[in-house]
Amino acid sequence: MVIQATALSRSGLSDFLIQRVSAVVLALYALCVLGFFLVNDGLDHGALVIFFGSPSMQAFGILAVLCTAAHGWIGLWTVGTDYIRPHYFGSRASAWRLLYQAVCALALFVYAWWGIRLFWSLG
Amino acid sequence: MQVSVYRYNPDLDEAPQMREMALDIPEGRDLMVLDVLERLKEQDPSLSYRRSCREGVCGSDGINMNGRNGLACITSVAQVARKGKLVLRPLPGLPVIRDLVVDMSQFFAQFEKVRPYLINDKPPPAGERRQSPEERAKLDGLYECILCACCSTACPSFWWNPDKFVGPAGLLQAYRFLADSRDTATAERLADLDDPYSVFRCRGIMNCVNVCPKGLNPSRAIGRIRGLLVRQGV
Repeated sequence: MVIQATALSRSGLSDFLIQRVSAVVLALYALCVLGFFLVNDGLDHGALVIFFGSPSMQAFGILAVLCTAAHGWIGLWTVGTDYIRPHYFGSRASAWRLLYQAVCALALFVYAWWGIRLFWSLG
Repeated sequence: MQVSVYRYNPDLDEAPQMREMALDIPEGRDLMVLDVLERLKEQDPSLSYRRSCREGVCGSDGINMNGRNGLACITSVAQVARKGKLVLRPLPGLPVIRDLVVDMSQFFAQFEKVRPYLINDKPPPAGERRQSPEERAKLDGLYECILCACCSTACPSFWWNPDKFVGPAGLLQAYRFLADSRDTATAERLADLDDPYSVFRCRGIMNCVNVCPKGLNPSRAIGRIRGLLVRQGV
C-alpha cells in the first residue's frame, strides 16, 4: 500500500467514490440551473435572487460548491502527482509539488468560502 | 527497406541515437520483425535485444515498433511499417540497459507487490485443491499473461508513477488470484490495493488492451478489482 499524506481521504476507494458522487451532484445541479434558464424567459436580477435564494436551491448551491472543492482537489492532486515528478523537476520535485498543492488548496478554500457566503447571503 | 533502430551503449555513447540501417527484403515477401533484427545483427553484431522462443510464448522480445508495443517475433513488418520504413525502439518508460534491452526491475517489483501466488490458510488436502469447471472458467483471460511488459510500458499512468502504480500486468495478476476460488487472502489483497495509486491511478486509457500480444484485457480486470473494493468498502 502506498501512503499519501496529501490525498483527500488517503483511501483510493474513498477518493474514487467522492469524485464520482460529487460529479453526479454537479451534473444534477447544472441540469437544474440549465432547466431553470430554458423554462423561464425574460429573467431579471430579482427573479434570479428568488430562485437561488429559495431554501432548497441555497442548500443545493452550497452542496454544489462543496462538491466542486472536493472534486477539484482530487483531480488537481492527481494531475500534480502525475506531472510534478523528479523526471521533469529534478531533486526539488517534492518542494514544487508541495507548493502546487498549497496553491490549489488555498484557491479551492477561497472559492468554497466565497461561494458558501454568496449562497448564504441570498436567504 | 529502411530500418531506424534505437542505439545506446552507456559505456561508449554520450546519448542515445536512432541509427539508419538498410535491409533487402525480396518483393512480395514479408518477415517478422524479429527476423529483421536477426538480419540487422548479421550486419552489426553489436546490436542488442532480447529473444528466446521466437513464437510469442516467452515474452522476451517486447519492443516498440513504429510507436506500438508488441512482440517482435509474432509481429510482421507489414503490420507495423509505414511508407516502407520500420522504426524500432525499446519499450518506453523503462531504463535502457543497451539498445533495445530495458531494465525490467521496476516492472517485476510491481508484479511481486501483488503476491502473484496462491495463498490458502487451510491445511493442504491429501490430493489437489479442487475447483468446479465454472470456478476454473473465471481464470480464463487472466492466467495467460506472459509478462512481456508491453501493456505496462504502453500505460501513461505507469510511465508517470512506475514506483507506485502497479500497472496493468500486475493488476491482471492481482485479479487472477482474487478471482481464484482456492485463494483465501481476498481481504488482505484488497486492503493492499486500497490506496490512491496502486489501482485507482488507472485512468481507463486502455492502451494495455490495445497492445497486449495475447489479446488479454487488463482494463476489465482493473474494473473488477474496483468493483470488489466497492462491494467490500461500502
